[in-house]
Amino acid sequence: MKARHKRLGFLLAGLVGLGVATWLVLNALDSNLSYFFSPTEVAQNKAPADHVFRLGGLVESGSLQRGREMTVRFVVTDNANKVKVEYTGILPDLFQEGQGVIAQGRLGPDGVFVADEVLAKHDENYMPPEVADALKKGHEEGVAGMQKL
Amino acid sequence: MSTRLINWFKFSSPATFYPLAGRIVTWSAVVAVVLLAIGLYMSFFVAPTDYKQGEGYRIIFVHVPASWMSMFIYVVMAAWSGIGLVFNTRLSSMMAQALAPTGALFAFLALWTGAFWGKPMWGTWWVWDARLTSELILLFLYIGFIALQGAIDDPRRADRAGAILALVGVVNIPIIYFSVKWWNTLHQGASVTITKGSSMGQVMLVTMLIMVFAFWAYAIAVSLARVRAIILEREKETTWVRELVGGAR
Repeated sequence: MKARHKRLGFLLAGLVGLGVATWLVLNALDSNLSYFFSPTEVAQNKAPADHVFRLGGLVESGSLQRGREMTVRFVVTDNANKVKVEYTGILPDLFQEGQGVIAQGRLGPDGVFVADEVLAKHDENYMPPEVADALKKGHEEGVAGMQKL
Repeated sequence: MSTRLINWFKFSSPATFYPLAGRIVTWSAVVAVVLLAIGLYMSFFVAPTDYKQGEGYRIIFVHVPASWMSMFIYVVMAAWSGIGLVFNTRLSSMMAQALAPTGALFAFLALWTGAFWGKPMWGTWWVWDARLTSELILLFLYIGFIALQGAIDDPRRADRAGAILALVGVVNIPIIYFSVKWWNTLHQGASVTITKGSSMGQVMLVTMLIMVFAFWAYAIAVSLARVRAIILEREKETTWVRELVGGAR
């Protein structure tokens, strides 16, 4: 009975020690584990200026311009800061204005982010189209109601 | 000791657990087939299309239950390993050993369906973001556990080595689960959480939960069938196994 308790003690102590160690390592790595930088982090010069990194945010509504051949220009925003992006290539199906996007590339000297890969990021909401329409309609009516007041 | 405690320990003996496991295998196999049939039918024909992803989102009905199971089975496997390590109960280590291949299968399924979902929606099969990478590490942990146990001939030493690996790997589970919260990832956040409920349509959620229970029943059936084989193999020198095998002849 005693040896059993001792082993249980060792096991719990080991797990706690392991947990603390992991927490410390993850804390030290912190932002290095993030997949992309937000426009705000780019504005604060937290993103590497001299090599490739990923930029993530929302495609600003009304910012998409189709250029010559397959070049597109759009603005990535996190509703606080904005970064202009230029990309030549095929966009994923889910790419849309107002939708999440992750672009990989370099920041040019003119402040335009030249991407060589663009991925679409979607959110965790799933619903039938009718529900989405109803929600949108409800939102618009709510906004209209607010404006009347 | 109270009577309840004695009953509990009764089934920690492989000889008493073996026939019980056999009965559970039959029942959970039936439940698994029925739920899987209902769940898959609902996945394809009842659940509505998604407003953004269209029909392609339907892979969620396999992807999410498989991912949940891969994490849950690992926790159960580590718990059995820990119990085996502390109490030296033979059956606990056998349970851990029996769960590992099923867990590995679900981890693989999660990664595989994720790749198939990622290509049309995100535009890529694979990225090294925190969620995807930590789930890949989970698959490697399962494979490592199976390999380590298989590599050591003495079953007691194999159990102990495997148990330590399984317990160390447990730190990965919260990392997988919270990766989408702690860091920026390409993978979206959780659609179903205990605190915030669900952000899915009602029918979609019900369909997914049916698939979750189907996978549960499948996991129980398969791992208990496997543990029965392991019991026979490890206890082959005992009288009860000899009588059982002799009686079957």
